[in-house]
Amino acid sequence: MRTREEYLNSVHRWGKIWGFSMTAVLLVFPFAVCLIFGAVPNWRGLGFGLLATAPMYWAVGIIETFTYIPMLGAGGSYLSFVTGNISNLKLPVALNALEQNNVKANSEEGEIISTIAIAVSSIVTTLIIILGVILIVPLMPVLQSEALAPAFAQILPALFGGLGVVFISRNWKIAIAPVILMLVLFILVPALNSGTVGIMVPVGVLFTLGVTRLLYKKTSFLD
Amino acid sequence: MEFSVNSPVLFVLAAIIILIVLLQSVFFLLKALKRAREIGMEKSMLRKTIRTAAIFTIMPAVAIVVSVMTLSKDLGLPLPWLRLSVVGSLSYETIAASNAESAMGLVFGSGTALNASEYVTIALVMTASILVGIWLVPLVCKRQLGGMLKMEAKDKKWSELFQSSLFIGMISAFVGYVFCDVAGVGGGNLSGLIPVFVFFVSAIVMAVAGILSKKTGWRGITDYALPASLILGMASAIPLTAWLS
Repeated sequence: MRTREEYLNSVHRWGKIWGFSMTAVLLVFPFAVCLIFGAVPNWRGLGFGLLATAPMYWAVGIIETFTYIPMLGAGGSYLSFVTGNISNLKLPVALNALEQNNVKANSEEGEIISTIAIAVSSIVTTLIIILGVILIVPLMPVLQSEALAPAFAQILPALFGGLGVVFISRNWKIAIAPVILMLVLFILVPALNSGTVGIMVPVGVLFTLGVTRLLYKKTSFLD
Repeated sequence: MEFSVNSPVLFVLAAIIILIVLLQSVFFLLKALKRAREIGMEKSMLRKTIRTAAIFTIMPAVAIVVSVMTLSKDLGLPLPWLRLSVVGSLSYETIAASNAESAMGLVFGSGTALNASEYVTIALVMTASILVGIWLVPLVCKRQLGGMLKMEAKDKKWSELFQSSLFIGMISAFVGYVFCDVAGVGGGNLSGLIPVFVFFVSAIVMAVAGILSKKTGWRGITDYALPASLILGMASAIPLTAWLS
């Protein structure tokens, strides 16, 4: 039987192959459209469009990469950064699976469970979107109805209510300070809203790590 | 070939790329299942993980379908289908498409028929601006997770606290977000309370499921507790919005 290290090395090797290949594959779409329709990009639009969009999203992407990798594990990271929806789907699904099976995220079982959960979630998401695209005509009036709009607008509070109560109650000692900080910041700073919550995740993570380290080293509160 | 944002050839292109993305997920799923068998993990645990992950994903995935529909009004169906099946999100794609369109003197949301040049410009901005995670992860993942393993070998308790802190840090940011519009309540705008109440409905459902599971000894309740809390929380938003808006 392979050792844990051999398995992880194999995941990383395949992760690199898939990751670099997917970078190229995703760029195929715009270039193929150019070739098929004989179109040339609007260079001014491309330049200014990239200038207005890329710097912020590349900066956020770099910070998110370093923040989420330790939470997602190896297989989970290689999958999640391709399929997206990390904080609102892939990470919650992995956390829920770890919690239900009572396995630690940094164990080999944790690596396997989170990879399985994220892979299944990615497959199901892709299939549901395909179904939605095929059935767009009958589904559109239902899913975009005014009656259902409030439910879809509140998906994040509904998701983190359930997830939060489990993780905060289990780790209340390390959760007090970051939850208070985030409540104060989000209530008092008008610029913090649904569009900026992603940027606040690394802030919350770094603050929690700092407070936990302080409590661990300087007090007996976490014993 | 005459261009249209819903041209059949665009559907074929998007479908091929999405199929490759799907294959990647299947590949890692099979790889993880094979390893699980090698180290003797219980089949029931794996089955439960697959079942609950699939059920939990349904509602967020339907929300993504709604986003595809929203974007399709301007960009046609194939591009939003592709973008939201890979790294994209509604907010990111809207910002990227708006920036690209305004740089070309167009207005996003106006429903103007795009030509091939405008379309490909938008597609390039949307794709290139968010690629960073896909190529950066292969470069840093092994080293970063190797550091975590070294930390675990050196101080197991700190390693566990470190991992919990990561999760709590992320969750605390989203808890803060839930309360971001509460400040407006003082001025008479009660709609800022909607996400707060939805959050608590979901939290109460989860807590009740946990208590019931402990009292009855039926672990099955907790398997479906998170999807149930998500659906009931979202459902509560409908009367809450009617009441507080």
